Amino acid sequence: MDLTLKIWRQKDAKSTGKMVTYPISGIEGHMSFLEMMDILNDELIEKGEEPVAFDHDCREGICGMCSMFINGEAHGPDRKVTTCQLHMRMFEDGETIHIEPFRANAFPVLKDLMIDRSSFDRIQQSGGYISVNTSGNTQDANALPIPKKDADLAMDAATCIGCGACVATCKNSSAMLFVSAKVSQYALLPQGQVEAKDRVLNMVNQMDVEGFGSCTNTGACEVECPKGISIENIARMNRELMKATV
Amino acid sequence: MSTLDSKVPEGPIKDKWTTYKDNINLVNPANKRKIDIIVIGTGLAGGSAAATLAEQGYNVKAFCYQDSPRRAHSIAAQGGINAAKNYQGDGDSNYRLFYDTVKGGDYRSREANVYRLAEVSANIIDQCVAQGVPFARDYGGLLDNRSFGGVLVSRTFYAKGQTGQQLLLGAYSAMNRQIARGKIEMYNRHEMLDVVKVDGKARGIIARNLITGELERHSAHAVVIASGGYGNVYFLSTNAMGSNVTAAWKTHKKGAYFANPCFTQIHPTCIPRSGDYQSKLTLMSESLRNDGRIWVPKNLEDAVAIQEGKKKPTELSEDERDYYLERRYPAFGNLVPRDVASRAAKERCDAGFGVNKTGEAVYLDFKSAIERYGKEQAKIHNEENASSARIYELGKGIVEAKYGNLFQMYEKIVDENPYKTPMMIYPATHYTMGGLWVDYNLMTNIEGCYAIGEANFSDHGANRLGASALMQGLADGYFVLPYTIGDYLSNDIRTGEIATDTSEFSEAENSVKEILEKLVNTNGTKPVDYFHKKLGKIMWDKVGMSRNATGLKEAIAEIQELRADFWKDVRVPGGINEVNRELEKAGRVADFLELGELFAKDALVREESCGGHFREESVEIDGEQKGEAKRDDVNYKFVSAWEYKGVPSDAQLHKEQLIYENIELKQRSYK
Repeated sequence: MDLTLKIWRQKDAKSTGKMVTYPISGIEGHMSFLEMMDILNDELIEKGEEPVAFDHDCREGICGMCSMFINGEAHGPDRKVTTCQLHMRMFEDGETIHIEPFRANAFPVLKDLMIDRSSFDRIQQSGGYISVNTSGNTQDANALPIPKKDADLAMDAATCIGCGACVATCKNSSAMLFVSAKVSQYALLPQGQVEAKDRVLNMVNQMDVEGFGSCTNTGACEVECPKGISIENIARMNRELMKATV
Repeated sequence: MSTLDSKVPEGPIKDKWTTYKDNINLVNPANKRKIDIIVIGTGLAGGSAAATLAEQGYNVKAFCYQDSPRRAHSIAAQGGINAAKNYQGDGDSNYRLFYDTVKGGDYRSREANVYRLAEVSANIIDQCVAQGVPFARDYGGLLDNRSFGGVLVSRTFYAKGQTGQQLLLGAYSAMNRQIARGKIEMYNRHEMLDVVKVDGKARGIIARNLITGELERHSAHAVVIASGGYGNVYFLSTNAMGSNVTAAWKTHKKGAYFANPCFTQIHPTCIPRSGDYQSKLTLMSESLRNDGRIWVPKNLEDAVAIQEGKKKPTELSEDERDYYLERRYPAFGNLVPRDVASRAAKERCDAGFGVNKTGEAVYLDFKSAIERYGKEQAKIHNEENASSARIYELGKGIVEAKYGNLFQMYEKIVDENPYKTPMMIYPATHYTMGGLWVDYNLMTNIEGCYAIGEANFSDHGANRLGASALMQGLADGYFVLPYTIGDYLSNDIRTGEIATDTSEFSEAENSVKEILEKLVNTNGTKPVDYFHKKLGKIMWDKVGMSRNATGLKEAIAEIQELRADFWKDVRVPGGINEVNRELEKAGRVADFLELGELFAKDALVREESCGGHFREESVEIDGEQKGEAKRDDVNYKFVSAWEYKGVPSDAQLHKEQLIYENIELKQRSYK
């Protein structure tokens, strides 16, 4: 198929960016979106132009590095996929595709489609862990049975890949889904109880410090999340926050 | 001829590690604060090592090329992690895990290292549970296990099909705790481009800041390479796009021996290639072989009809199907080790029985499993007269709970529903057993330079068993290196901070700068990917699943030619002092172009078939094992450790003879 790409180009963090139009042809439905971008880049290089910089790594939807806002949706029109898992069969011949970086004040653009998500790391550093040394001298793994239901819910929350689609989607650029996923994982497990209060207070505080917006319960984050993280986690985090503050 | 000392402690194998730990030198907590350690890579090995070393009190500087340590490619490991817990009471033990690993590796790994790995494996699970890793549990709330290839027990712990992700996030959380305390200085989006030696010891690195393009000097008392494997030498692999050999290869060029480069794992269950534009291959976890049955049509006409799209797999009756693994290997069936399963798939496809357009695919079928689980569930739910549709629905539920994310991933890529029509799979490069040579302490032959995880060669011999990579990465990082490195660093308590304004650092920085300038100034006509794809094709065709002397010699000549062409004709747009993804790629491909040659050379020298290394000249000619790989223990029971001598073709071979005192060498039989 033949397509028209309108892509955000920005030289570096300090420069102003703009949308630039590139026609591309010979694209097949079985190609992934990023393979289409590879083809564009090789064409640009051969023409002596600078290729489009974008983040990507595992190309199987788990590392969380790829982050394109495609036709107004984080990771594009398909559901429960990352940009790297999006396939060209989702588009039609002759279509115009708008490609932008994930946008939020807390995610400054570094170049073209690359953004800085270190704010996410700092939130995790503020409390996204259980304070246990890695000596291996803990109790036996089966000493403490955990109800399957809780373990499964914790796992569902823990599958967050930290891509930032929730933030990019939210009209308030809120990071509630991301933060609540981590808070929930530990809140659901007995190991997480000891530090539960400090954890939720510190992580929520850091989220505010980083400049993420507030949650107004639109639920858009859940729809666009490539891992299907449920907004029930946000409700759980709010309960945890209440428990920690009263 | 050999200068290799494996430093394996004396004594019975069961006591070696304990005795060793009781007798090493320790660094007191106050002195640890005066010692810096650099860790390259933040996957399971690097991440766990960085966290643990920082907890112990050392000052750690950790580097990763991704935008966050959480994105290292360990995250993509799916199936599980082995541990000799024997929770299932099925006869597992440290010895059995050790035995299975050595046997699975086709008797080309070092006994003492593997035993230690088995010994600490149980601790890993305890540790991870304490960190809040949500492993799968059964209805009683205890940990669940599954089974993997090459073993007869269920010792694999898992978190759906995302075990690597959960374990890595565990290590990442442990790192975060130390980053917050200031004990780990984290350098994201940095790439190590050289190791710096001072008086023969590793004392620092040169790293490029991938955002500003600046070259930075970082010093330390020890350098730990945890940069993963080199599977991307094949261009197409299950590795991440950025996975590379550069850190390990630069270390090799500075004197560290590179061991067994030809030992590469071709994983049997990956989604087949669909076209030339393809950038990577996606793995379908080996855990699927617990329940999936692998087959091709029994009759060639059916295979041809399927290739042409005239027939569907679901139209073939049971007796028109050839479950070739169950037929050839009745004892292990679909759960033979990876190398065996991969070669068997290739054998069927080469004979014309492949099941997609390209003829390079076999089926992985869940029909029987769905039926079996469905009947079981109907019984549990007291539904005596359940219809076949109801049984299908119940069975599908179980399969979905076990492998749901994998099925979803498959459907998104291939656009077919694997619950209804069998999956198509084909082997792809997945893991590299070879890597930097290390002794029992995980130190390379450069003093103070360590290699852990996939970056070293030590534990998997010529073939790695499923769910053992996660085990090794975490064992090295959490439980082995933190002890062994202390013994070395105890001599450094009076050294003080290592200066970076020395001639050693300047020279290293200048040589890095020279290479970068050469890359951006070549101004050739072809993008980096052109060369990478060509290299990949040479490697896959001639140094892939089966190898012969003629092909290997051709490969060496072709790679040399391609390398020369690369340095004349590569085009890297943009400059050095900015974000430049093409420049990053170019540097990595330049190193793959050297490694590829050493890889082929190593494969040429090893005139035996063992594990993932299959030499067509070395097969069993008759008897029950006819056609199977033939190992040669008389002449090749050694580790090849290559010393860099200016160009790969001049590399010098050192041999570490392998000694087996606790396991009897046998032909590996899975029949």
